[in-house]
Amino acid sequence: MTEAAPQPLVAMRNIRVAFGGVHAVEDVTIDLYPGEVVGLVGGNGAGKSTLMRALAGAHPADSGDIQIAGQPVTISNPRDAKRFNIETIYQTLALADNVDAPANVFLGREMTTQWGTLDDGAMENATRKVMARLNPNFTRFATPVKSLSGGQRQAVAIARAVHFNAKILIMDEPTAALGPAETAQVRNLIRQLKTEGIGIFLISHDIHDVFDLSDRISVMYHGRIVDTVNKGSVTPDDVLGMIILGKKPDEVTQKDLAVLELRG
Amino acid sequence: MTDMAGALPEKVDQGGLTRLRGMAAATEIDLRLLGMLVALAAILIGFGFVTGGRMLAPTSLITLSVQTSIVAVMATGMVLVIVSRNIDLSVGSIEGVIAMAFALLMTDWLPNILGISVDSPLIWILALTFGLALGVGIGALQGFVIAYIGVPSFIVTLGGLLALRGSVWLLSQGAAVSGLDPTFQLLSGSAQGSIGGTATWIVAVVGCLAVVALLVFNRRQRHRFGFPVRPRWAEVLLGVIGCVAIVGIAAIANANYWPKGLASKYATDHGITEPPGGLLISTGLPWPIMLVIGVTIVMTFVGTRRRFGRYVYAYGGNPDAAVLAGINTRWTLMKIYMLMGLLCGLAAAIAAARLNGATLDVGQSDELYVIAAAVVGGTSFAGGIGTIPGAVLGAIVMQTLAYGLAFVGANSPTQNIVAGVVLVVAVGLDTINRRRGT
Repeated sequence: MTEAAPQPLVAMRNIRVAFGGVHAVEDVTIDLYPGEVVGLVGGNGAGKSTLMRALAGAHPADSGDIQIAGQPVTISNPRDAKRFNIETIYQTLALADNVDAPANVFLGREMTTQWGTLDDGAMENATRKVMARLNPNFTRFATPVKSLSGGQRQAVAIARAVHFNAKILIMDEPTAALGPAETAQVRNLIRQLKTEGIGIFLISHDIHDVFDLSDRISVMYHGRIVDTVNKGSVTPDDVLGMIILGKKPDEVTQKDLAVLELRG
Repeated sequence: MTDMAGALPEKVDQGGLTRLRGMAAATEIDLRLLGMLVALAAILIGFGFVTGGRMLAPTSLITLSVQTSIVAVMATGMVLVIVSRNIDLSVGSIEGVIAMAFALLMTDWLPNILGISVDSPLIWILALTFGLALGVGIGALQGFVIAYIGVPSFIVTLGGLLALRGSVWLLSQGAAVSGLDPTFQLLSGSAQGSIGGTATWIVAVVGCLAVVALLVFNRRQRHRFGFPVRPRWAEVLLGVIGCVAIVGIAAIANANYWPKGLASKYATDHGITEPPGGLLISTGLPWPIMLVIGVTIVMTFVGTRRRFGRYVYAYGGNPDAAVLAGINTRWTLMKIYMLMGLLCGLAAAIAAARLNGATLDVGQSDELYVIAAAVVGGTSFAGGIGTIPGAVLGAIVMQTLAYGLAFVGANSPTQNIVAGVVLVVAVGLDTINRRRGT
């Protein structure tokens, strides 16, 4: 990857995020290259989501630098992130439950007519087009998304990210709420977006998902990055060990292994 | 919705109710709104029966509508406030302050301080402008504290309720003020404060054309992208119902005549010989009702066709999602309160015109009626749900009950008891209905 594209799409340097006195993210440095999927793994509270929220502008970093395609940028709110073509699919999906799918896809970026009124027709049309690609069975364009199924809601959240030509995509547990068929659909989509040169940060608890889809894997532990490894050079067990112990495979002692053994 | 329209033919032989439901779905009519219209009709017919038809006389209906106008105007704004998961307890006090400001501007400040002649049209134009600006200003101040400082809206507007009511006293030194500009007085909705018979028919024709144009425009929009459209019969039905309703309202307004004394005076002044039954001059639609119609249309447009409205509803549905979508939610919230202030100004104009001045208690308790109207009209305190026409209908329902009870001789405490019970029962039924629906 690095040889093909020496310029990282995203470079986050020494990022620090604190909530009160708690350091949720501590001195984290991470890169993302075009057409690459970087898997972010770690236990609960390891700081994965917080790190990504900093990139998405949902909770700006307290310190550190972010570069997009080599340019230093300031991301202090979600609008900034979107301006740099960073799209985010949140674990909670962040949908406005009481409005319909097109309204959600275009939320904050509505299409308007020449009179400044909402162009609902055009928005529904665009939503139908993007949905035809993501979930061809989706037909409920006029109902509030509250009454959609988990998979359909996920499709709406993904459609929002995909429609606006994301260059950088953050996916926080994109398959957590999905059935097997829908999970397969999301996986195919990720592979397809990769071939289009989009860089993807993938947060997942599912180690198999991560191994299946990622090129590189960054393991976080207590707000720090333990290591970033190429998928080919480690085994799932190595990664699991890093997640649980917060140490690189070669730093692991016999005592650690005993602990690991105990936990099964 | 549209899927159901396509499935209609198979459903026809499944019994009357299913068929009716399918047909209602095909027209895409808001069933809640329809239910409220039916309830309103039932209340009207009930009171009409009890009063031997007197309650349904054009004069009664017009008086009732004019009485509703103040609350209805403010209720359109309260919908957006409640949809955004907030509340505004200060609307009655804002109305009171602005009504007093209108009265003082026209009787004292503009003529005595700025030296504008009392006969000049500038009097009412400037008074109206200042009053409405005052409303926007008060709304901006409260909205700023709520949105940017983060004080709960209940507290901020409770403070507003108290402080602004006190300001009314300070402004007028505790006195009532009267004697407003005659043009401003048009908003009183009296016989002279109505647009007249001919104008009412013109308004009706324009209204019908607008309904047809809207239906055609929407159908074209759907066609433009090849989306499913309503069946043709449904479009025609909607058009016919809309036009009949508009013409019916115009006919009722035009069946309301000037009071005898006023008509006789008019006849003498204009050298008309009075016919044996007295001169019949149609009042047509009163100005306050024109204002309510206008406000309802504009607010519905703002709420459904503009970004601002979309953001209000999205925020109410999920505040976090609205923020993450990059919406400037604080500014949106502040704008809601500015709009609410403006509507309080319009309501105050009607109130002041009806009183031909202002007293210390203008708008007292109106916040409660406004909130009740919005809630009876289907606005949910959970946020994100509520329509502007619904709130106006809610205001009409509540006022019709009060008016009808007064008509049959019930005293004010009884009216309050009924209003309170109806409020809770209406919302209770709605809650049960919604739980079943989802």
